[in-house]
Amino acid sequence: MILELLSPAGMVVLAPLLAAAVLAAVPRRDIAAWINIAAAAAAAFALACRLPWEMGAGTLLLVDPLAAHMAILTSFVGMTTAWFSRDYVAVEEAAGRLDARGLRQYHALFQAFLGFMLLALLSNNLGVTWVAIEAATIAAVLVVGLPRTEEAVEAAWKFFILCGVGIALALFGTIVLYLAALPALGPGLPAMSWSALAPAAAQCRGTLLNLAFVFLLLGYGTKAGLAPLHAWMPDAHAEGPTPVSAVLSGSILNVALFVILRLRSLLAENADAIAPGPPIMVLGLLSVLLAAFSLWRRRDVKRFFAFSTIEQSGVAAFAFGLGGASAIFAGLLHLTLHTLTKAAIFQCVGRACQLKGGQKFVDIGGLIASHRLLGLTLAAGIVAVAGLPPFGLFTSEFLVVVETVRRLPVLIVPLGIGLVVGAWALAARLIALCLGPPTPDRGPAPSAAALAPAWLHLAVVLVLGLMMPASIVAWFAAIAGAVR
Amino acid sequence: MEPRITYGAFAYDVAHLLGGGVLALSFVLLYQRRVTAVINTYAMQAVVLAMAAAWQGLVQGAPHLYVTALIALAAKGIAIPLALHRIVRRLDIHRSVETALGIFPSMALGVALVALSILVVLPTTMESQALTREDLALALSVVLLGLLMMITRRTALTQVVGFMSLENGLILAAVGVAGMPLVVELSVAVLVMIAFIVFGVFFFRIRERFDSLDVSHLDRVGGAHR
Repeated sequence: MILELLSPAGMVVLAPLLAAAVLAAVPRRDIAAWINIAAAAAAAFALACRLPWEMGAGTLLLVDPLAAHMAILTSFVGMTTAWFSRDYVAVEEAAGRLDARGLRQYHALFQAFLGFMLLALLSNNLGVTWVAIEAATIAAVLVVGLPRTEEAVEAAWKFFILCGVGIALALFGTIVLYLAALPALGPGLPAMSWSALAPAAAQCRGTLLNLAFVFLLLGYGTKAGLAPLHAWMPDAHAEGPTPVSAVLSGSILNVALFVILRLRSLLAENADAIAPGPPIMVLGLLSVLLAAFSLWRRRDVKRFFAFSTIEQSGVAAFAFGLGGASAIFAGLLHLTLHTLTKAAIFQCVGRACQLKGGQKFVDIGGLIASHRLLGLTLAAGIVAVAGLPPFGLFTSEFLVVVETVRRLPVLIVPLGIGLVVGAWALAARLIALCLGPPTPDRGPAPSAAALAPAWLHLAVVLVLGLMMPASIVAWFAAIAGAVR
Repeated sequence: MEPRITYGAFAYDVAHLLGGGVLALSFVLLYQRRVTAVINTYAMQAVVLAMAAAWQGLVQGAPHLYVTALIALAAKGIAIPLALHRIVRRLDIHRSVETALGIFPSMALGVALVALSILVVLPTTMESQALTREDLALALSVVLLGLLMMITRRTALTQVVGFMSLENGLILAAVGVAGMPLVVELSVAVLVMIAFIVFGVFFFRIRERFDSLDVSHLDRVGGAHR
């Protein structure tokens, strides 16, 4: 069991965790930033790319197409964000918002967060997944509280309490799920492992599966930021350091939806259990609508994009709830592209806030006129996340809409309203942020190197929107087929 | 389900008594009016939980549950209450508990929540062992009462105690399920989380920053005005 950690999948998890331990001990911040990048790039991402050739289930780890895909995505965003954060924290330090000690904690916590996220994705055991998500939450809370401003502390505390309750409910769900699997698999580790549960789902006790589903959906739904459990997300995004928002927006939400997706297939296999789709769809739709209308009232840029994350998480959850190979294909594609786009947006927004010395909409304006590169990148990101062509999110949202019309035409009304209102709000803010007269600068402008990760992300999203290679389609279809 | 475990009437009664004790102490937590009494009641609940875990270890023949029991006793029964008392003294927190909901309505709601969890758990676990079923019903009641306490108590410290009592319910559920693996690991993970929360109250010095530990002050962040 321990030797499994030395397999490639195990190394993917171990590398960032070891890096975290090293970073906690390294006092030199210039070196620390490079170790951070190296660990995320070489170790996590390069190793994660080997996962598709390492499929298999062990006692501790499970590498299936879904897990491999999510792990590659998470470590890719981790890698680019590590690169971005080198410049970002240097500016923060110069502005006195982070001291040397805070910086050391920041680097160590960044890697710890990444490592535990990857563990949650690759773990074969429900209990270990739970522990990993809990540990990642603690790391994220500590990073959010790092700036030590009153607002950051408040946000961290709210994040902790709300996600703590969510996580507690998820643990209760995990215990009940074990109880449900007992008659099929007997006592011991198999009854808690995904790989053994999936084929035995039909023999599990349906009524207990229902109970477990309710608790796990509420628990992990909190982490996915699904309405009405989303309250922590805007604060955490607005107050924490921006690289964390970029990673948080992608990975923690992905991990939570990943668990919900696995759970969905367990229930779908069991004849006695309730249909898992409708509750997930309701939460997803609620998130889309609530976030779309909330977008209009935001005055804080980072908070605004956090609500946009809630909306996109809702779209993906809605697709997963709809079920069937094509809807899950669309949901997965949406989740993937959103992660890339939102990370790019948060990277631009982070630099824009540093540049303008504030994160209110009134502080930031006319970016294209004053800083062409930053403004254009941010504009491209906003166009992409609004689901407009030529970017890939148009494709995925289109697929979700088509599936909805085909299967449940009534629901297209609320979903359509949510999507249109949300995109409209984004377009309105795009004009305010990027066009018009520039506001005065109060900080350093980003170099081209600092924006490179955002370009990389947006390039991937653009290419997947214009011409999706057949191999990528096959890869997504294989995952969707396995999940369904 | 588990052939090596055969419950005698006595083993069953004691397990039931201890589980019921944890639940009763959740109710006691609900009507405390002083912060120190809340902390002491929590410590008592942790001790009863430790006894319940040890008893389950004995009747299930699962020695690893003794570790869980020891963790509950040492950390939650002794160390954390001491730390909380220290926080109360050092940060000079108001000694009275501010409630958002009166004592009587919260007790009535508590009873309703216990009824709810019995109504939810017992029909869904028809085929399980009687002890597992009732243990799960008790545990769910403790979890819901912990949530109720978090909602109805205003100060951060009492909310933290509510959260920790909720976690006690989770451990009670985990030890009651026969043959559940990773119980010790899970209880350690839960403990780490609790420790961070307690540490958080102290470390973030919520007292200094917001005049009182009243979490309604935190609403400044969440409001629609941003």
